[in-house]
Amino acid sequence: MVTIITIYAFLVVCLALSIWKSREKTTQAFNLSAKALWNMAPNLLAIVGLVGLILGVLPPETISSLLGVEAGAAAPIAAAIIGSITLIPALVSFPLAGSLLDSGATVITITVFITTLLMVGTVTAPMEIKALGKKFTLLRNGLSFIAALIIATVMGVIL
Amino acid sequence: MMSMIKKFKAPLILALIYLGLAIWLPSTAQRSAAVAVNYIGEMALIIPPVFILMGLLQVWIPKEKITALIGKDTGLKGMLISFFMGTIPTGPLYVAFPLAGSLLQKGARTSNIVIFLGAWAAIKVPQLIAETQFLGPSYTALRFVLTLLAVIVIGRIMEKRITIKDLPKIE
Repeated sequence: MVTIITIYAFLVVCLALSIWKSREKTTQAFNLSAKALWNMAPNLLAIVGLVGLILGVLPPETISSLLGVEAGAAAPIAAAIIGSITLIPALVSFPLAGSLLDSGATVITITVFITTLLMVGTVTAPMEIKALGKKFTLLRNGLSFIAALIIATVMGVIL
Repeated sequence: MMSMIKKFKAPLILALIYLGLAIWLPSTAQRSAAVAVNYIGEMALIIPPVFILMGLLQVWIPKEKITALIGKDTGLKGMLISFFMGTIPTGPLYVAFPLAGSLLQKGARTSNIVIFLGAWAAIKVPQLIAETQFLGPSYTALRFVLTLLAVIVIGRIMEKRITIKDLPKIE
């Protein structure tokens, strides 16, 4: 909710300024936006479809059992894979991670899960490639994946 | 017509998979559809303003301005600006990609864009509040510091390897 309000408030201010300064340039901006949106539309729709499919096959209960105590040594690996391929809103993943930790999952597992979830995006990679290029996308996601493993290990040792 | 089908190939294939699921695994299809509908609702609210802001940015902000704020020679100031731009609550990471693309084309430093995306993805105020609540303050503080360090290092590594030639051309 905060997100929506902030972004729309910011948009209203910018748009008012833009119209006040030049109607022509504002129209030009709208044309650019529409073109970019049309370019991204297939990717956006594909993201929606893929996220739905993945979470339909892997509902939170299944994720919990894959990352929980009973998963043992495989849990961090499962966490890295699930975190990298799914797209769960942070406000859902934190309660999930919290309940996993309470029920005995390790700090390493949940940190790998959270960090890959936030920083690595397989489903959104086609869109990232379109906006930033293949090399940028591969490097950013690859390095973020490695960083997630390091961050989790350090946190597991300290906490 | 053919070109439209080609353009929307991926979503069309996904629609067929959903159809197949609805026939063979109706309960999975139902769960998937519920998630997808939920996401479409979120996107419908967030995507239009983000794209309009991107259009305004392209029209109004001259290249020199971006270069001066977060360009090659902006040092710590550029890093801080990029970081704070990323922490403004503005929705999921994928909406940041087109914005990041425009900023890069306008002369932003690659490492600053990586910081911007990293902050956008992993370090947000509402997110940190939820994290503190469910995982505790020491966990949140430690992950914050480590993620920030990681993002700075990743930015430095990528900067050495990415040149303007690696970026997609603006159409």
